[in-house]
Amino acid sequence: MCTVCGCGEGETRIEGHDREHPHDHSHPHTHPHEHGHEHSHAQAHPHGHAGEVHFLAHKGDLHYGLGPAHAHAPGLSQERMVRIEQDILGKNNTYADGNRKHFAEHGIFAVNLVSSPGSGKTTLLVKSIEMLKEKAQVAVVEGDQQTSNDADRIRATGAPAIQVNTGKGCHLDAHMVGHALERLNLPDDSLLMIENVGNLVCPAAFDLGEAHKVVILSVTEGEDKPLKYPDMFHAADLMILNKVDLLPYLNFDVARCVDYAHRVNPKLEVLQVSATSNQGMDAWLAWLLAGLGEAQAARLQNVDLLKRRIAELEAQLAAGG
Amino acid sequence: MHEMSLAEGILQIVEDTAAQQGFRRVTEVRLEIGALSGVEVEALSFCLDVVLKGSVADSARVELERLPGQGYCLGCGQTVLVSALYDPCPKCGSYQVQATGGTEMRVKDLLVE
Repeated sequence: MCTVCGCGEGETRIEGHDREHPHDHSHPHTHPHEHGHEHSHAQAHPHGHAGEVHFLAHKGDLHYGLGPAHAHAPGLSQERMVRIEQDILGKNNTYADGNRKHFAEHGIFAVNLVSSPGSGKTTLLVKSIEMLKEKAQVAVVEGDQQTSNDADRIRATGAPAIQVNTGKGCHLDAHMVGHALERLNLPDDSLLMIENVGNLVCPAAFDLGEAHKVVILSVTEGEDKPLKYPDMFHAADLMILNKVDLLPYLNFDVARCVDYAHRVNPKLEVLQVSATSNQGMDAWLAWLLAGLGEAQAARLQNVDLLKRRIAELEAQLAAGG
Repeated sequence: MHEMSLAEGILQIVEDTAAQQGFRRVTEVRLEIGALSGVEVEALSFCLDVVLKGSVADSARVELERLPGQGYCLGCGQTVLVSALYDPCPKCGSYQVQATGGTEMRVKDLLVE
């Protein structure tokens, strides 16, 4: 699988894209990687050794000359060192920056909803869309390994939705979201909800260009999940404690859960919500609308700045002429 | 997490650099992986084993350098070393520690022929 796109093996499907996913389309984010690069080594080889792997304790030093085959003596062999200094997720981050720029230019407030499978993300989304109908234009990108069931549920509310099937992939990446954006063709000042693949581990590392990651934890799960899956709770800005209508029937200690979450991420905001009883929905919707308001204001400010700049240039031209 | 994706990302960086600079073989790949990056280094080296086979970096040595986790403690106002995101401050015991370093996942350099 191509890391950035996930499409190398034809596994990723974005609704409306051809199954074969030929990548002959144009889209706004730059797209430097070549497709069709062969990863034929993936399964065709026995999984033997591939040379030594050295784990080094950090000393802040360069470790030339450790080990027998390791002598770094320029001039004595044909070996030379090529400095790379590149982030392994650099390509994903480039696509994420492209998405973020697109969102900023169009006043779009994008949130990335992450959780375990079964935390109630889709139900929360459906309820949120219904309650926001009069107040905002909402669109959804749905990530799942397979099926378009979730996008179908969203579309039943009347909101536009695109399903991205990641195939064997365990997370959405910024490139997939870029493709979905082309399909959605969002109007300015929209709210975009990206429902990531249900997985509390991998989506933490992949920036999609969103304004915030929102982690959803339901009270039917363990209250120590923030400690068990710290990366996700660390990457999020808001935690929604969902299904709180069930608390009377469970031994879930809310205070302890919030304490664990704050150990991992002291700045994490927490909202207690039930998409079934509507408890806490107002606070959640207010949080979304506040973010959307800021995105819209930033866009208008940009437009104003541009208009002023144009006026200045026109004035200069007139004076010059 | 997603170590296979990371291994593929590393291969892509190596192959892109090989195409730009025209070297034929990579003998060593050096990585910097922060303690708070969420990467399981054993899993990553296993995946690299598989992914690098048949590539320009076939049988290259892989060196994984672990960078320490660092955080700023809101409790005592000091920068401290931590090994996990949920670790308390080793100085004052507060859990109000913001990660400030050790989240890196980088390809540092290559030895090539």
